Amino acid sequence: MDWSVIYEYRYLLWNGFIVTCKLSITAILLGTLAGIAVSMARTSRIAWLKIPLTAYVQLFRGSPLLIQLFMFYFGLSYIGVNIDIFKATALVFTLYAGAYISEIIKAGIESIPKGQFEAAKALGFSYVLLMFRIVLPQTLKVSLPPLIGFNLTLIKDSSIASIVGYAELLHQGKTIMNMSGKPFEVLLFISLIYFVICYPLSMFVAWMERRIYIR
Amino acid sequence: MISLRHLNKSFGSLQILHNVSLHVGKGEVVVVIGPSGSGKSTMLRCINQLETMDSGEIYLDGQPLAAAHKNAARKIGTEIGMVFQSFNLFPHLTVFQNIALGPRHVRKLNQQQVKDIVETLLAKVGLLDKKDRYPEQLSGGQQQRIAIARALAMQPKIMLFDEPTSALDPELVGEVLAVMKDLAKEGMTMIVVTHEMNFAREVADRIVVMADGRIIEEGQPNDIFTAPQNPRTREFLKAVIQE
Repeated sequence: MDWSVIYEYRYLLWNGFIVTCKLSITAILLGTLAGIAVSMARTSRIAWLKIPLTAYVQLFRGSPLLIQLFMFYFGLSYIGVNIDIFKATALVFTLYAGAYISEIIKAGIESIPKGQFEAAKALGFSYVLLMFRIVLPQTLKVSLPPLIGFNLTLIKDSSIASIVGYAELLHQGKTIMNMSGKPFEVLLFISLIYFVICYPLSMFVAWMERRIYIR
Repeated sequence: MISLRHLNKSFGSLQILHNVSLHVGKGEVVVVIGPSGSGKSTMLRCINQLETMDSGEIYLDGQPLAAAHKNAARKIGTEIGMVFQSFNLFPHLTVFQNIALGPRHVRKLNQQQVKDIVETLLAKVGLLDKKDRYPEQLSGGQQQRIAIARALAMQPKIMLFDEPTSALDPELVGEVLAVMKDLAKEGMTMIVVTHEMNFAREVADRIVVMADGRIIEEGQPNDIFTAPQNPRTREFLKAVIQE
């Protein structure tokens, strides 16, 4: 084992770490916003929105992330749309996250007792007031553990972007492996970084679930 | 005050309301009784549009209550108060917030006005000391009194009660009925669906008896309880009073 390789390529690794964070945070934030919007529309009475949104969710949940990435990155340039790699990758991850998150939040919204909707309606609450003060705050409590669980998977799956040449942590790792010829140390170190990000989150989920279970 | 004319409502092939017409005057307390499944709750839920009726009209102060009307939801929310069997308080909000949300965001009152209203109402239902509690920290009877205060905070012209004591332990029923009695004394227009016959006898100005989605009899409490005309009413009263 020769750990000096880590020190030697620390700047590349740091760069990769930052890019991984950027991609993950973009996908999580925009995906959550998209997920909330889509789940609200799908549980509303606006019928004409439901079919296209359901199709979107099912398509992105029903196909491999890697293929979605290829489709957007290579597919779009094939039909003549030139899109830069950060935007294409961030877009795919956001759409992918939005599809999953909307299902999680939709399940949360559907778990709210019907009486809550009726009480709000009987008091003349607007849809916005109903959703943002009554439904979503209660939904979030139910949905937070599965949401964090999904985001954790998403952070790890961001390594898939290395395949289209996106310069995140694993891609930088591959570059270092090629230059140094020390794959094992590099892979182990990169895994450790993912672990350090994900482990506290999964502990937090376990704590949340215990707390909800006890109540 | 409020008139229902020829209300019909079906769920699938099952007709719940048959041509129901009812007029309730200002300050009148109407108690609706009848066996379960007779359409009492559905009638109430049609009045504040929690259910859409298949045909018929509802007039509030002579104005038709059409769901298609632009501000219908807001109008119904502020003019018709509803108390549910299962309270339906918002569990993530404190007692104060539960009551304050409507006056603040639907009636658009300022914070001081909202605070005054909430505190006056809490004092009225005898729960001012519970204003920072959460619903789950209160007994069923207390929760229902809060739910009544929440509906009153919209200053409705009429209050609907859908079996308000049916989900309560027997020893908690009295405190809720007491609040309702006070309200009746103050001249609130009320339609109450209940199985509490003593309350009906004591507080109602008029009793309406429903069976199989129809109003089969109505009249003064004394007449209904001592000399019911319809055999279905006699049967029903016999069954409940024996209980």
